[in-house]
Amino acid sequence: MSEAAAQDRFARAGARGRPRAEWLKRHGKWFIILPPVLYLLVFFLIPFAFALMISFADTAVRIPPFSDILSISPDWHIHLTLNLGNFQYLFTDEVYGLSYVYSIKTAFFSTVVCLLLGYPMAYAIARTSKSTQSVLLLVIILPFWTSFLLRVYALEGIIRETGLLNTALLWLGIIHHPLQIMRTTLAVYLGIIYSYLPFMVLPLFATLEKLDYSLLEAAADLGSPPWRTFIDVTLPLSMPGVIAGSMLVFIPAIGEFVIPTLLGGPDNLMIGRVLWDEFFGNRDWPVASAVAIAFLVFLVGPIALYQHYSTKQLEA
Amino acid sequence: MADRVSPLLISILGIGIAILYIPILVLIGYSFNASALVSVWGGFSTSWYTQLLHNDQILDAAWLSLEIGVVVSTGAVILGTLAAISLVRFKQFRGRLMLTGMVNAPLVMPEIITGITQLLLFISMLHLLGWPHRGFTTIVIAHIAFCTAYVTITVQSRLQTADRSLEEAAMDLGSGPVRAFLDTTLPIIAPALASSWLLSFTLSLDDLVISSFVSGPGASTLPMVIFSKVKLGVSPDVNALASLIICLVGVCVLFAGYLMRRTERQRLLDAQMAER
Repeated sequence: MSEAAAQDRFARAGARGRPRAEWLKRHGKWFIILPPVLYLLVFFLIPFAFALMISFADTAVRIPPFSDILSISPDWHIHLTLNLGNFQYLFTDEVYGLSYVYSIKTAFFSTVVCLLLGYPMAYAIARTSKSTQSVLLLVIILPFWTSFLLRVYALEGIIRETGLLNTALLWLGIIHHPLQIMRTTLAVYLGIIYSYLPFMVLPLFATLEKLDYSLLEAAADLGSPPWRTFIDVTLPLSMPGVIAGSMLVFIPAIGEFVIPTLLGGPDNLMIGRVLWDEFFGNRDWPVASAVAIAFLVFLVGPIALYQHYSTKQLEA
Repeated sequence: MADRVSPLLISILGIGIAILYIPILVLIGYSFNASALVSVWGGFSTSWYTQLLHNDQILDAAWLSLEIGVVVSTGAVILGTLAAISLVRFKQFRGRLMLTGMVNAPLVMPEIITGITQLLLFISMLHLLGWPHRGFTTIVIAHIAFCTAYVTITVQSRLQTADRSLEEAAMDLGSGPVRAFLDTTLPIIAPALASSWLLSFTLSLDDLVISSFVSGPGASTLPMVIFSKVKLGVSPDVNALASLIICLVGVCVLFAGYLMRRTERQRLLDAQMAER
């Protein structure tokens, strides 16, 4: 075989291979992108569309227990039946409105306490040496990953009538009758603060760690008192962490189910409990879906805010 | 800078950490209490632990939870790593914003909403396609969705700091992009993958709300069994079980943390070597 022929063959082989290589080069990334996108689309995002659809359905005695929204009649007409009654019902039965307001109130005050407690904690961790930092962070992260259920149960061991707190206070003679903390609003607050504190500390630490402390020294050199420096410099610079941490506590706390169920009394009617009862107790799925959708609409703003600040944090 | 932290800050930090740990330590203490009355100390005993071994309901649930945990964390690490690569390496593609949203939203979305919507999806799918039946499969599918989010965030931050020069060198030497990634970057991010596997495992093992919604009759995970017991009040065998789970999760998290720290140190060492 002459050299020219060999070259020619090589070139032809290259030409034959090229379209495939070209195609892979241009579109190959979709093999990486598509699996997670499709999975989350189908099993995380689309379910919300189903909930929206079912919130417009009627209850029906069958499996699944709701009517079809889209139906095709024998003459091939497609019928769309939207039932707004479920949403209307949310406004007529005041338990929904009350539990929304109550959930938001509870989540809000818990977030404030978490912030007041978590900010100094995060600040103290951020100011220690690097090696102490990693130990302290692990100490905060450990409860972060431990299940809510078990931690709430553990808290019950402290605050119930015969729990450690009452036993200790009685023994010390500070009180003469056990304090009733379980099944009260206080217990719900304690539960949320206890459970969500690590969620506040971690994002706060992430921003405070990056803070340029020479700025604080500069402010002090220029005669600014510490509290003034804090308000003028530290707080504004740590705002992304404050917002990300607050959202990480506030949003899940609104929908909290385990804490009000195990620690709260009958008055602590949070929306998570209402939803659970509607679903498992009353088996009214369309109304439950409507509650979930309405709830979500309230949450879209805070969630968007969280997204905004968390991506900002990632970019920083 | 350690000397500049004020005593007030240190004491608040101490109080905060005490609040986080005292209930757990007390729980573990109670689990060794010989007395069945939770308020009375009846001496040291491991009888509640041996009793667990004879409780078939709890053993079955524990086995189911472990099986689910292994499948879920493996699936979530694969999907989450792909998502992290997509977000870090491909700066622009259609759906990037949607993917960012879908990996961040599960972190804040109240579980009860995720659980309800996923249940409605599964019910409708079963009605239309005849699949999936509620139980093991649906729990796995639902857990993978939220664990993927955590894996993506963890791997993403590691991938962002990973040095790409080795990968580029491999590609200059004729490796294809996939080969180059597998040979150079994958070993660098491997500890992040291992630690996110462990974290997914603990998340799946701990989940109560989503499992309760998407599970069917006959498939009760460990948290579901515990929840139904706890609703009835404090009981000593739950103390023992809870202590065991907390220790297992603790070991997983500590090991994950150790892996992350070791890679971080290795990265710093590499950076120092490179500067020389």
